[in-house]
This record gives sequence, C-alpha cells and structure tokens, in this order.
Amino acid sequence: MTNNSVEIRDLDLHFGAVKVLQQLNLDIHEGEFLVLLGSSGCGKSTLLNCIAGLLEITDGQIWIKGENVTWAEPSQRGIGMVFQSYALYPQMTVRGNLSFGLRNARVPKDEIERRVSRAAEVLQIGPLLDRKPAALSGGQRQRVAIGRALVRDVDVFLFDEPLSNLDAKLRADLRVELKRLHNQLENTMIYVTHDQVEAMTLADRIAIMKGGKIMQLGTPDEIYNRPQNLYVADFIGSPSMNFIQGKVNGMTFTAGDLSMPLDGYQFSGPQTDGQTATIGIRPEHVITGELVANAPMRTTVNVDIVEPMGSDTLVWADLAGKPFRIRMDGQATVSHGDSLEIGLDLARSSLFDTQSELRL
Amino acid sequence: MANIDALNATGAATASVAPRLSDGPRGPKPKSALSPRNIMLYGTLLIVSIYYLLPLYVMIVTSLKDMAEIRMGNVFSPPVDVTFQPWVKAWAEACTGVNCDGLSRGFWNSVRILIPSVLLSMTIALISGYTLSKWKFKGSEVFFTILLVGAFIPYQVMLYPIVIGLREVGGFMTDIYQGTCGLFTAAEGACRGRVQLFGSLSGLVIVHTIFGLPINVLLFRNYFASIPDELFKAARVDGAGFWGILIRIILPMSLPIIVVSGIIQVTGIWNDFLFGVVYTRAESYPMTVQLNNIVNSVQGIKEYNVNMAATLLTGLVPLVVYFFSGKLFVRGIAAGAVKG
Ligand SMILES: Nc1ncnc2c1ncn2[C@@H]1O[C@H](COP(=O)(O)OP(=O)(O)OP(=O)(O)O)[C@@H](O)[C@H]1O
Ligand SMILES: [Mg+2]
Repeated sequence: MTNNSVEIRDLDLHFGAVKVLQQLNLDIHEGEFLVLLGSSGCGKSTLLNCIAGLLEITDGQIWIKGENVTWAEPSQRGIGMVFQSYALYPQMTVRGNLSFGLRNARVPKDEIERRVSRAAEVLQIGPLLDRKPAALSGGQRQRVAIGRALVRDVDVFLFDEPLSNLDAKLRADLRVELKRLHNQLENTMIYVTHDQVEAMTLADRIAIMKGGKIMQLGTPDEIYNRPQNLYVADFIGSPSMNFIQGKVNGMTFTAGDLSMPLDGYQFSGPQTDGQTATIGIRPEHVITGELVANAPMRTTVNVDIVEPMGSDTLVWADLAGKPFRIRMDGQATVSHGDSLEIGLDLARSSLFDTQSELRL
Repeated sequence: MANIDALNATGAATASVAPRLSDGPRGPKPKSALSPRNIMLYGTLLIVSIYYLLPLYVMIVTSLKDMAEIRMGNVFSPPVDVTFQPWVKAWAEACTGVNCDGLSRGFWNSVRILIPSVLLSMTIALISGYTLSKWKFKGSEVFFTILLVGAFIPYQVMLYPIVIGLREVGGFMTDIYQGTCGLFTAAEGACRGRVQLFGSLSGLVIVHTIFGLPINVLLFRNYFASIPDELFKAARVDGAGFWGILIRIILPMSLPIIVVSGIIQVTGIWNDFLFGVVYTRAESYPMTVQLNNIVNSVQGIKEYNVNMAATLLTGLVPLVVYFFSGKLFVRGIAAGAVKG
C-alpha cells in the first residue's frame, strides 16, 4: 500500500465542449497540507469539487485512503469541505449546523453532543453554539464552517478559498489558526487559494495550476527557488521576477552588450552553446548597498521610479534597455535619475529555454 | 452607594451626549409635511383609492338595502333600513336552474376544487423548480424552456384538446379499473363503476394543476436559483440527499415564495370561470359560475341587493387572502422575481 491519502489518476472533466481538467494526476500524502494555487478560472475549485464528489467526472479515477471513490457519494468519501461563502444553513443554530452531518449519518445523540462540544472547544466557538449564523461575524462563521468538517472526523479536509471573504487582519489570524489546527489534527488538507502568501505559509507542498493542468508540484522552497517553467517563475513572487532574453554560452549569459557569469548555476542537464534563453532574477535577489563589492557581477543602472512601501522600497531601473525591478530595504534613499550600483548573483537566478519555457 | 452609582451613570450618559450636542444639529433637514411633493403624492393616492373603493362602497350599501329602497335610486346613500335578508338569500336561497340552495353549493364546490388543486400544483411546482435549479440533468434546460413556452399559450387554444384528453384518459383508466377490479374485490357489481374525469371535480383539479405549473415552476426555480450552490453542496457533503436537502435546508428558507405561489394559485383558481364552465356539470359548478348564473338569470325581477351580496360573498376568499398576506406577498415577489 502507498501512504497516499488522495490519488488522482488521469482525471478529465469537461463541461460540454469546455475541457476544464485534462489528464490530471496528483498524489497527496497522508497528513499533508497541499495547496492548489493558480489564477482565476484555472480549475482549482473544479478539481476540489471532483475530489469531493460534487461533480461527475468525465474520465479518470479518484482514490481516497486506498479506496476507489470515483463513484461514491460525497458523504461516503471521508471528506469535509469548507467553502468560501461559509455556506452555513441559515435557519439552523451553530449547534444545528455542526451536527447536521452527524444526524444524517444517524450518530447517537450523546456521541453528537460529545463531538460538537469538542469541535467547539478546538475552534473556540463554545459560547456561540445557540446563535444563528446571521448573528456571527465573518471569522466566526468561517470557524463554524470548519467545525462542520471537524465533527465528522474526516480523513481529508477540502478548503475552497476559505479566507478570501475576510479582511486582511482576520485572514492573517485565521491562517495561523489553520496551521495550528493542522499540526494538531494531522489529517490531510487540500486548500485552494489564489493568495500566494497563504500558499507559501501554509503548504507542505504547492501545486501550481494553469488551464486545468498542474504546472509544478513542489515544496514552497522549490516553487520559489527552482521554478520549473516560465509560468511558475512569473506567477510566484511579488513583485514578480525580472526576465531578460539572451543566449547561454558555456557559463556566461549574454543579452545585448551585457554579459553575466553563470558561476554556481546548477543546470538540470547538458547545454548546447548559443542556446537562446530567458533569465529570471527576483527583485529581492538583486544586491545593493555595501554588499555589492562582494557580488560575483556588478553593473550600474539608472533609477526610473521609486515606490516606497514601508518595510521595503521597490525601485524601477533600466537594465539592457528593459525595465528592471529591484527590491531595496525601506531606508534606501534613491530617487529618479540617480545611478545605482547593483550586484547580481546568477547562482540564485532561473534560466529557461525561450522556446519550451522549461527550466535549463 | 446606589445613589452614587446612579449619579455616575447619569454623568456618563450626559458625557456621551455632550459631544453630540456641541456638534450642532445633524442629519438631513426635516421636510415640511405639506411640501408640494407630499401633496402630489398623497393627493394621487387618495384619488386612486377613491376610484377603487367607491364601487366597493356602492356594492356594500346596496346589498344592505331592500328592493323598495333601491328603486328610489340613490345609489350612494347609506341604507335607511339595514337588512341582511339579501345576504341570506344569496347564500342559501337564490335559485339557479332547478337548484334553490343559493351560493353555498358553489362555495363548497369551489373549496373542493381549490384545496386539492392548490396543494397539488404547488407541490409539483416546488419539486420541479427545485430539481430544475439544483439537480440539473441532461436536457433540464430544454425541459424548462418548453415549460416556459407553455406559459404563453392561450388557454382557449387548449380547451377542446383537454376535453378529449380528459375523456380518453378517463376511458383508459376505466378499462384498467374494470379489467383489474376482479383481483381486489369479488363483490357483485363492483366492476361496473367508471372513472369519470371529464365533467367531474377531479378532472377540473387536474386541469388547474397543469395550468398552474408553468408560472409556479418558474417562480420556484428562480427563487431556488438564488440560493447559493455552495449551501447545497455543503448539505450533500453532510450526507443529505434529494429529499433531505429539500425538506431540511430549502423548505425552511422558502416561506416567501410559497406565500407568493399560494396567493397566485388560490386567487387564480378561485376566480376561474372558464375552466369551471367547460369542465364541470351544473351540480358541481364552482362559485364564480354559479354567481354568474344568479346575476344573469332572466326569470323574475332583478334583485340588485341579492346580486351585490352574492358578488361580495364570492370575492371574499381572495379578499381575505390578500388582506392577511399582502406584506409577505410583496416581499416574496421581490425575492423571487429579480434573480434569474
Ligand atoms: N458549470 C460550468 N459550466 C461550464 N463551465 C464551467 C462551469 N463551472 C466552471 N466552469 C469553467 O471552468 C473553469 C474553471 O472553473 P473553476 O471554478 O474551477 O475556477 P477556479 O480556479 O476555482 O477559479 P477562481 O479562483 O475564480 O475560483 C472556468 O473557466 C469556468 O468558466
Ligand atoms: Mg474557485
């Protein structure tokens, strides 16, 4: 047996002629926190609904805990789901909401009582049990929604953008709580979001989706530091990566009259000389200030626009005739027209084949 | 002790009021009650209500006069001698054809038509609307479109086809009944009964149910469509099925639309004349048809007071319905009609 909690094999899902998911394969480990990340409309919710059994899939198989559940009812799959809009039953009290699933499953009364009070304790909603959802705040509602999955003792939690209706502060709080909950419960969680910060902070692994396909599956560190293709490189990070087109010759990258040493860059395979390539450099990896002296490569750029953001400052400069973003610390004093000495360490950059857009 | 507390409390109260007072007046400027806008508004409302209430007034006063007083011709004057005799006569004594038991017969016929028709059509429409909005199947949109088209076909076109339909279905059911009745009962003569749809109350109930469907399915479907899908999905994850979700999640949220549909059906079926005339026989005519027969009877003198009383009696049911559910009706219409 594998230690996979959820396995998705060759999943296809079409809405009429629209192919939303195509040949999708995904293995999610026992106890893992997996985040599905992608832009709007890429099929994240659809995938989650397929796992939950709320959509009839066109082709493929879904296994949960070593059982083929492709045709099982949602309630028979050992999953609990938390929705963006909370989806609490408006005419039932919090207690009623929490116990609805258990009552449907004909769990004995005292057992229901026990589980509800345990969930209420974990989520700190004890005093709210006899209120109706309309009398709760957004954060409280979301807690109840989580509780509804919690009481059912499910193997897999499915979250569909559970925090996106909350304000920034509450979102940050609940994010931490979710992480704590996951550490405490240790069950599998699949979490849909299009918020990168949520993805990076919560995930054991992130699956980046685009157009119904998974572009890369990896730990937050892998996704951030070693993006496997241009799409992932561009999608992750804010402000996003700088891309410069050029050629790779041995261990040198040349773009126009700029030539940069690639010392320390780990190629994933042998290279042909003169290969056209795109180099991606994160704005926060550009070296400025005193450290420039130690950088493997130095150059001078002209500052165009300065955007102070408090904790740091985003500088738009000009490199090889293209706009180039540099992230400096909040104290930096540069202004339009200044020339700025920067250092680059291409060992931390990412190189992509310009044609195939795959990592070199 | 208590005094000090009280003092502190008042102190706190004034303290919280003070900054608001010192700010000066707030809020929009109060409008004069007699602004031109108000005069226009209430003037129009007054005229419109007089326009609608005057006929009602005339009917009520006329129904309380005796014939001698009516012949004096003062339509608007209140009755000198209040008499309830016309009401009694309209309810219990007026003659239509050979029957002289007044409107009461029609009233009970109408009730016997109304209750099953309303219950049946609303139940079917509710379940259909629920299915069409939350349990979409292949072709459910086509089905819904056909239903909508059905709502726009004039009744008159369908009158005769339905006569044939009822007769044939009744005949078919009679055949089944007579063919199988030996299986259930051996009593002599038990198999000679017939299933009579055309010309009977049950036939009329079927007709009302069918004709009530398009508009009511539309109402229910649109209302249910406005209930978020996620709620429905959550209930499925929680293990509720088709009926469980309907009864425990959807129904408790549906009071406004049930009221709207109920009012439309009750008043529509109660006020129906055409189907009543076409699909029933004299002894089972609904109240509206009987009212017409009383008012339009050519024998004897025209008893205006009895006619007025009979008309008021017939209108009583819709009137009561509107009176008690007007507010809910408006709310439900607003909830159901907007979202598609
Ligand atoms: N019932 C449907 N019929 C046809 N197309 C649909 C249906 N539901 C979703 N789609 C399409 O499937 C695609 C994926 O939708 P999905 O809801 O999974 O996106 P998502 O990744 O969750 O986006 P978001 O971040 O906006 O929630 C979209 O292009 C959408 O238009
Ligand atoms: Mg979504």
